[in-house]
Amino acid sequence: MLEFLTRLFSRESSSSKDIAKERLRLVLVHDRAGVSPQLLQALKSELIKVISNYMEIDEPGLEVNLESNDNQVALIANIPIKQMKRLPENIISGP
Amino acid sequence: MGEVIVVTSGKGGVGKTTTTANLGVGLAALGHKVTLIDADIGLRNLDVLLGLENRIVYDLTDVTGGRCRLKQALIKDKHCEGLHLLPASQTKDKTAVSSEEMKKLCQDVAQEFEYVIVDCPAGIEQGFRNAIAGADKAIVVTTPEVAAVRDADRIIGLLEAAELRNPKLVINRFRYKMVQQKDMMSIEDIIDILAVDLLGVVPEDEQVVVSTNKGEPVVQDERSRSGQAFRNIVQRIKGEAVPLMNLNQNGMLSKLRRIIGLK
Repeated sequence: MLEFLTRLFSRESSSSKDIAKERLRLVLVHDRAGVSPQLLQALKSELIKVISNYMEIDEPGLEVNLESNDNQVALIANIPIKQMKRLPENIISGP
Repeated sequence: MGEVIVVTSGKGGVGKTTTTANLGVGLAALGHKVTLIDADIGLRNLDVLLGLENRIVYDLTDVTGGRCRLKQALIKDKHCEGLHLLPASQTKDKTAVSSEEMKKLCQDVAQEFEYVIVDCPAGIEQGFRNAIAGADKAIVVTTPEVAAVRDADRIIGLLEAAELRNPKLVINRFRYKMVQQKDMMSIEDIIDILAVDLLGVVPEDEQVVVSTNKGEPVVQDERSRSGQAFRNIVQRIKGEAVPLMNLNQNGMLSKLRRIIGLK
């Protein structure tokens, strides 16, 4: 009876099976791509190195992940910028 | 020349050995000549599930090591005419056998029997590679849990890399009620993720524990639901198209729930 009532009144946004499926999907993206945490970490540090030439970024806030939607996998990077660097003229306007 | 089928899963505890035992008994009950090979060297269990633990004299490593002939190591099943077991060694480890030796062994057994079913150890190391070495077909067992499905995916990848294409999936310990409540992944969810053919779905059933206690596989229990599921799988292995059994245990009640929109 209690189960009946909770089901009737609660509007759960996602069931535990949907959570399981979503987690599984993400974990399999990594497994199937053969992307190790080390590789992702290396990618991250190189990204930081390159981007730091142009802007000052919030390193601890940087997130790099592989994500999947439908049948596509995307590399999603969230890079918070603290400040733009003052760049020499020739980089901005090109050589 | 018989067919060599390996039963594998990656994750431990999902029901590989139970599936192997039931498929073996089920096939033999239909009059086929079957041998079950326990490839889980060092952790043998198939003998216990079949109630044959007191009859072991020689084991698999004795055959591959040339200490006895194949015929001497094969144990006849108590209840089931035509069913034989080649037990694993309990004292050696997985390095005691090589992939080539296993391949040769499977070929030798397949000369004499229609079906050879190999019970694979958990994991993806040497024991796994040995177990699949001589197989023509593969069955992957999983349960509707994230960890088990993830490992099944890895295993499917490794099987395909080893030229064992189109493995068939058995979903074990399925709970219809939890799926209805959206608290367990459905058959469609799992098939969608793993992209393999379904061989069967075995409902969670306390009778499996009872039959394991007795050493008599549940497939022979006419009244049990898991037994029915295994009998259906046996038919499908033989190439017959058997529809999935009704997994809904309390039919009327759940129909009623659906009508009033409670899922």
